[in-house]
This record gives sequence, structure tokens and C-alpha cells, in this order.
Amino acid sequence: MSTVEVHGLVKDYGDHRAVDSISFTIAAGEVYGLLGHNGAGKSTTVEILEGHRHRTAGEVRVLGMDPAHAGREFRDRIGIVLQSSAVERELTVRESLNVYGSCYCAPRPVAEVIEMVGLTEKADARIGSLSGGQRRRLDLALGIIGDPEVLFLDEPTTGFDPVARRQSWELVERLCADGMTVLLTTHYLDEAEHLADRVGVLVGGRLVTEGTPAELMAMSPLTTITFTLPPATSAATLHLPSTAVVDGASVQIETERPTQVLADVTGAAAALGLELDSLTVRRPSLEDVFLALGGEASP
Amino acid sequence: MTQFPSSARLWFIQTRYQFFTFTRSKVGMFFTLGLPTVMLVLFNALFGGGTVDTPGGSWSVQQFYTGGLAAFTAVSATYTNLVNVVPIRRDEGILKRWRSTPVPLGVYLGGWITSALLVAVCGVVLQLTIGVTFYDLTIDLAKVPAMMVTFAVGVTAFAMLGLAFAGVVPDADSAPAAANATILPLAFVSDVFIPLDNPPRWLEVIGDVFPLKPFVNAFQDTLNPTVTGSGFNANALIYVALWGVFGAIVARRTFTWEPSTGGRSRSRRRRRSR
Ligand SMILES: Nc1ncnc2c1ncn2[C@@H]1O[C@H](COP(=O)(O)OP(=O)(O)OP(=O)(O)O)[C@@H](O)[C@H]1O
Ligand SMILES: [Mg+2]
Repeated sequence: MSTVEVHGLVKDYGDHRAVDSISFTIAAGEVYGLLGHNGAGKSTTVEILEGHRHRTAGEVRVLGMDPAHAGREFRDRIGIVLQSSAVERELTVRESLNVYGSCYCAPRPVAEVIEMVGLTEKADARIGSLSGGQRRRLDLALGIIGDPEVLFLDEPTTGFDPVARRQSWELVERLCADGMTVLLTTHYLDEAEHLADRVGVLVGGRLVTEGTPAELMAMSPLTTITFTLPPATSAATLHLPSTAVVDGASVQIETERPTQVLADVTGAAAALGLELDSLTVRRPSLEDVFLALGGEASP
Repeated sequence: MTQFPSSARLWFIQTRYQFFTFTRSKVGMFFTLGLPTVMLVLFNALFGGGTVDTPGGSWSVQQFYTGGLAAFTAVSATYTNLVNVVPIRRDEGILKRWRSTPVPLGVYLGGWITSALLVAVCGVVLQLTIGVTFYDLTIDLAKVPAMMVTFAVGVTAFAMLGLAFAGVVPDADSAPAAANATILPLAFVSDVFIPLDNPPRWLEVIGDVFPLKPFVNAFQDTLNPTVTGSGFNANALIYVALWGVFGAIVARRTFTWEPSTGGRSRSRRRRRSR
């Protein structure tokens, strides 16, 4: 039996169908990423699994229980990081973990959790004085304080700076190594790639594809190379391939063979002693995957 | 399988945490404890030494105001406070976060209400102490049991009514207005700020129908020298308690952990997700 089972899940808000008969399963210890744009139905799906919202139709099981009718025992075994929710700003970080942790059968030690999310220096600061990213880390801390078997993370790194994002990835990886089952939502393909064993892509409430991050990347095999054309040079001098798109001075090349193309172009430039400004090499993004799936890039 | 902590223990933890959050909130402290104290000082400065006439007879202003304002403080600490804060915590998602934990609803709200009662106790003790120390307030020991029972019935009832009304307040923005727009006008016809001497009939009826005046009068009775005996006003207490039961029933139906999904929270969602 899988830890999370979703079969034919439907959610209507009035006459708007936010989630349209989606099915997926998450095995014990697996990290599953739900990927999609704003309004795709990620939060709706996750909150139905958490027991916060009621479904219109379909079957849902988490830890063998139906979240719609599950009670205290269920919530003791899951951890929830909501997309947005405040904490009493009058409390300190440590106090809030103490009081929220007190409700669980076997909470993790507070000091350990504070350390894990990197809030040691802020442990005795009032929550009202924390920055947005620090509050998000507190959200993570409150999500794991009960030592859950299943952790739901709704856009856990939104609002993080790049360093904090890396750190929280490491944290999630460490938690997963403990055998925790994780369902996370994100807008970012790189985040899903980093964290998730398997990814489902939601578009307009439908699960349009599912697979490992590598499989998703492979759906759009093109790597994008961009740079600015140096003054007084033409496409020909740099041996640009025929697929290159030149728009004024900016050049964009999409290719399946980035190493070869880069070698040709940079070789030609170097031979002439030219510097290619703003040179970037970009792997497929969520946009590219959506395009490859025949969907619209942005809803 | 490990056990959940006992409800008594959880209740204690919740009460303590709610009490701390309240005492650290400057706004709450000011309106609940500060403002009635200012009014007590003010009214005594303005009318001190005078007498008020109520149906039972004539008695001193300080007994009247201390009783009225102490009762009003108890109502501020419970009703006003809950109507103010419950919708805010609901819309900020704090209630939803609690709903994400295994805490039982009864324990969470129970702790919150117990903390509100403690605040009310602090407020009433503060008012009575100021009264005794500075304004020659006399407390008849024989009426202290009545005072305590009246207080207990009143704060419980007003806590329930606060929860009930908080459930129908549409969103956090309207909460402070909703709280004050209900309790302040009522206080004027409920012998809190001014003794009503032959008011228009309809104002008298409003005062008598809603539970504030019965509670205030019952509390004032325990400080009123013209009221003889133990000071229990059984009719008023029963009436206030019935309102409390009504509040509890309504609260059960209207309480929700979910933030409101009005236009505001949608626009907030859009803002966030940019
Ligand atoms: N409580 C609600 N009432 C009515 N409509 C809602 C409600 N919650 C969500 N919706 C609608 O359902 C759709 C899916 O919303 P949902 O919040 O699940 O999206 P999401 O994928 O989490 O988006 P985001 O990335 O912006 O968080 C949206 O069109 C949204 O407007
Ligand atoms: Mg969402």
C-alpha cells in the first residue's frame, strides 16, 4: 500500500473546476513534487490531502486514512507547511515551537529543530521581528516539530534567497533520508529536480504528465545559449548555426548539442580576440517542458 | 504507540501561551486594562463625592463606577477581546495552523477562554484595588461570594457570546469595528458610564434585553450598600447565563478555522503568488 493514494480527485469551487480528476500515488519514503503555475490547483490538491478542504469527488488515502474524516491521530502523523499562514507574532521562535510541539505524541527536541532550520541565532527573537525568509524557515520548523511520517510542503522556498533555498533543499533532503514521505509543490523545475524523486505536472487542474525530473527534462532536450553579439561582427564571423535567432545584438541558440555549438562559437570568438557579453547556458525550464507538452507556457 | 499528552496538561499549556500573547500585545493591554482604569480615574475626578439614585435608593458615585467599570473590564477582556482577535487569527491563518496540529478544538478554545478569564480577573482586581486605595470603596465581605459568582457567570457568558459573534464577523478588517460597535453603544444604556435616570422607554428596553446591563447591575449590587443581604441577583444571573448558553450554541455553528475567502483574501493570494 502506498503512503499517499489519490484516485480520480475532483474539486469544484462553485462552477469552477480547480482540480480535474487527477490520480497519483506516493510510495513510503518517496519525495513527490507537484509542479505547476499559479492557479494550477496545487494548493487545492495538497490541502485536500491534509484534511483542510473537502473534495468534490474521488478517492484519497493518506497513511491508509481518509483525510476528510480523519482526526487527531491523523494530524499527529503528518506535518503541514501551508503556502501562507502567520504565527502569533508576540511569541519567540522557541516558545512557538514549544507550544505547537506540545500537542504531539512525540515531538522532536525544540533545540534540534531550531538548529536544523538555521534559526539558532533567532531562537529567542519575537516572531514579529523576523524577516520573511526567516518566518518561512519557522514554518518549516513547525511542520516537522511533530516528527511526522508524511510532510506536506506547499511552496516551501518561496521568499528565500538563493542561499536559504539551497539550505532548505539540504534540510528536506536530510529529512527524506530519515525515510519521511514528502509531497511538495513548486513553480520551479530546478527545485523539483533537486528534491523530488518523481514529479507530476499540473496544468489547469489536470495532471498532464508524470515522471522523474530527468524524464521531464528529456521531454525538452534543448539547451538554450544566449549572448550579446560584439560590435561589428556578424552571424557569419562567429560560425553561428542556422538555428540561431539574432534579434538586434542579442543571440539565442536552442540546441541538442550545446557542447559542440559552444565550442564552435566561443572558438571563433576567441580566435578573433572577442569577448561575448552576457554569455549564458540554460537548461530546460518549466516553461520549456510546458511548451514541449503542447500546453501554453503561461496560463 | 505513544500517548497524547493529557488534556489537562494541554489546557494548561494553551492557557499560559494565550495569556503571554495577550499580555505582550500593547493594543490589547491598553484597551482591556488601561482604558477602563483611565475612565475610573476620570469619572471619580469628575463626579467623586456625589451620589447616584437607582431604584433601590441613593448611593455613592465611587461604588457605582467601580462596580460598573469592573464589570465592563470583565466584558472587554472576554467579549471584546475575542471578537477582535478571533477573526484576525482566522484570516492570518493562525487558526488554520492550529488546525494542522493534533490539538483538540475544545482544548485550544478552552485555553483561550481560560486566559481571557484570567485577564478579566486581573482587570477586576485592578479596578477594585484602585477603588479601595484611592476612592474609599467599601467592599462588604458578606457580598464577596456573590461578587465572585456574578463575575464567573458573566465572563463565561460573554466569552461565549464573543466567540459566537466572532464567527459571523466577515473578516479581520471589520473585527475591531464589529467589537466596539456592539459593546460601546450598549454600555451607554447599561449603567456603565452613566446611571440612566428615566431614559426613553426604548433605551431602557434595549438595556434590559441585552445581557450587559443585567450583568453590570448584578455586579454593582454586590457593591451597592442599599442592597441588603448576600447581594445575589438570581434573576439577572440566570438571564445572563441563558445568553451564554445561546452564545455557546451559536459559536458551535459559526466557528471556523479557515480564513475568509472574500474578495480580499483572493487579492492577497494574487499578490503573494507574483
Ligand atoms: N477557496 C476558494 N474558493 C474559490 N476558488 C478557489 C479557492 N481556492 C482556490 N480557488 C481557485 O482554484 C484554482 C486553483 O487554486 P490553487 O490555490 O489550488 O492553485 P495553486 O496551484 O496552489 O496556485 P499558486 O501557485 O498561486 O499557489 C484557482 O483558479 C483559484 O482561484
Ligand atoms: Mg498554491
